[in-house]
Amino acid sequence: MLQISCPFCGPRNEVEFVYGGPLKNRRPDDISQIDDTTWIDYLTVPKNPLGPVQERWWHVRGCGCWLTITRDTRSHDIIESEIES
Amino acid sequence: MQSYSIFSLARNALSGHQNWSKAWRSPPLKKRYDVIIIGAGGHGLATAYYLAKNHGITNVAVLEKGWLGGGNIARNTVTIRSNYMRDESIPFYVKSVKLYEGLTKELNYNLMYSKRSMIDVVQTYPKLREIKRRMFNGDLHGSAYERIEVDELRRRIPPLTGGGPESRLPILAGMVHPSAAVCRHDAVAWSYARAADDRGVEIHQNTEVLQLLRDSTDGSINGVETNRGTVYADKVAVVVSGHTTSITDTIGLKLPLKSFNLSAFVSEPVKPIIDVIVNCPDIGVYLNQSDKGELVIGGAPDAGQSFRRDIKQQVFEDAVCSMLELFPSFKRLKLMRQWGGTLDIAHDATPIVSQTDVQGLYVSAGWWGGFKAVPAGGYTLAHLIAKNEQHELTAPFSLNRFKRLDFILEAGTTTAT
Ligand SMILES: Cc1cc2nc3c(=O)[nH]c(=O)nc-3n(C[C@H](O)[C@H](O)[C@H](O)COP(=O)(O)OP(=O)(O)OC[C@H]3O[C@@H](n4cnc5c(N)ncnc54)[C@H](O)[C@@H]3O)c2cc1C
Ligand SMILES: [Zn+2]
Repeated sequence: MLQISCPFCGPRNEVEFVYGGPLKNRRPDDISQIDDTTWIDYLTVPKNPLGPVQERWWHVRGCGCWLTITRDTRSHDIIESEIES
Repeated sequence: MQSYSIFSLARNALSGHQNWSKAWRSPPLKKRYDVIIIGAGGHGLATAYYLAKNHGITNVAVLEKGWLGGGNIARNTVTIRSNYMRDESIPFYVKSVKLYEGLTKELNYNLMYSKRSMIDVVQTYPKLREIKRRMFNGDLHGSAYERIEVDELRRRIPPLTGGGPESRLPILAGMVHPSAAVCRHDAVAWSYARAADDRGVEIHQNTEVLQLLRDSTDGSINGVETNRGTVYADKVAVVVSGHTTSITDTIGLKLPLKSFNLSAFVSEPVKPIIDVIVNCPDIGVYLNQSDKGELVIGGAPDAGQSFRRDIKQQVFEDAVCSMLELFPSFKRLKLMRQWGGTLDIAHDATPIVSQTDVQGLYVSAGWWGGFKAVPAGGYTLAHLIAKNEQHELTAPFSLNRFKRLDFILEAGTTTAT
């Protein structure tokens, strides 16, 4: 069971949250200049690290904020969490 | 290869089972092979077997970081079925189910293959519509699916006493997939290993691939770095289920895969009470009863990306609560063991059997429910490696589909597999 630290509500149990997927890739700046591979990678290739990954969780049964957390995919240790601006 | 039969059993019983020959050898690791297969799971071993049998390629090494058949092939809930959604997927799974049916004989190994129907317990109208759509698509490809009413459903699954008209999600109907089966998962790995070894393939356990190696001039693959030194080959197949990107990352090859944890648990053994595979897609649990009498139960995958091989308490609780809604009498069962495995899934949830941008490098990945796919997955990957062209069944599973943004969207029929 994860304990996610909501900067607004404090440490809360995972059951109060809904998982929102990994942080989206950054959209390439000038899409008229980039090649197809860059565009396709942006659309389809997520980060899949054996280690810290950044992902979004929604504190739906709490304050309703979306958080971005950094969690280790090997241990579930949460290294960082912040409210999305 | 020593043939297994009633006579060999009797003969070996007389000598106190001391004289069985080893099922496979442990030869020294050579410097060079024609083909290296990374991962001795179901898919890797089946690929090695079909390379040798169908294509006469026997100078093959299967490299396994742990022990043979210790990955997901030993961790799954053994459901074999072909009720997929898409025209590109169904023929592949139909072929795999067919290959499974003849496998015990072909490999001279008792897989305890048991055809027993999968029955979906449907509790919402969107799910019913989705499964009916599967039924019509399956009809086109010879994969049967049929609807039964609630009375018949309860007759066929006696402990299904929950989900009545007063409940949170009343049961609406059942959907039966008659060609579904279960079989002994370890035996799949062991039988392919034994048959591949018999044809000259080498299996090297405790041999972890740390890095892929590329030719410095033309960039093609030329081998792998392992914890036991460098091994060379012009063809390398990554068949590591769940850990694909950890290996392809070593040469900067980007693949549209994410890894997740899927888990399962079993109850204490009880008398036979369920003789079909029960799948409850709306509440997220599925189960079958093993030959030993244990109920084998699986739930939803853990939410975030994960490389863990245990079960998360919350996933466990969710699955148990869901199960008790429909099977209240199971409250008294003791749960004996629980475990998990790491699986990867592609951007469109369809598997990848493909060449890559690196010449000589092949991947077989994205096997979310890939136990059922072991025979056809190995069969088609061997074809691809041997001929450098796709088998027609896996032509749609090539990485090229992503280049054309032409996805084969294939969400699971069960919560997970
Ligand atoms: C709980 C659970 C339930 C499931 N239920 C079903 C089901 O009902 N039906 C179904 O069809 N499928 C099911 N699956 C999925 C199925 O188990 C997998 O899709 C399938 O086993 C994957 O293929 P494999 O057998 O080749 O994988 P594995 O057995 O995992 O083989 C991969 C091998 O690669 C090795 N490896 C990894 N990295 C390296 C390295 N660097 N060097 C060398 N070797 C390496 C691993 O040690 C492993 O042995 C389930 C999975 C889980 C976890
Ligand atoms: Zn909060």
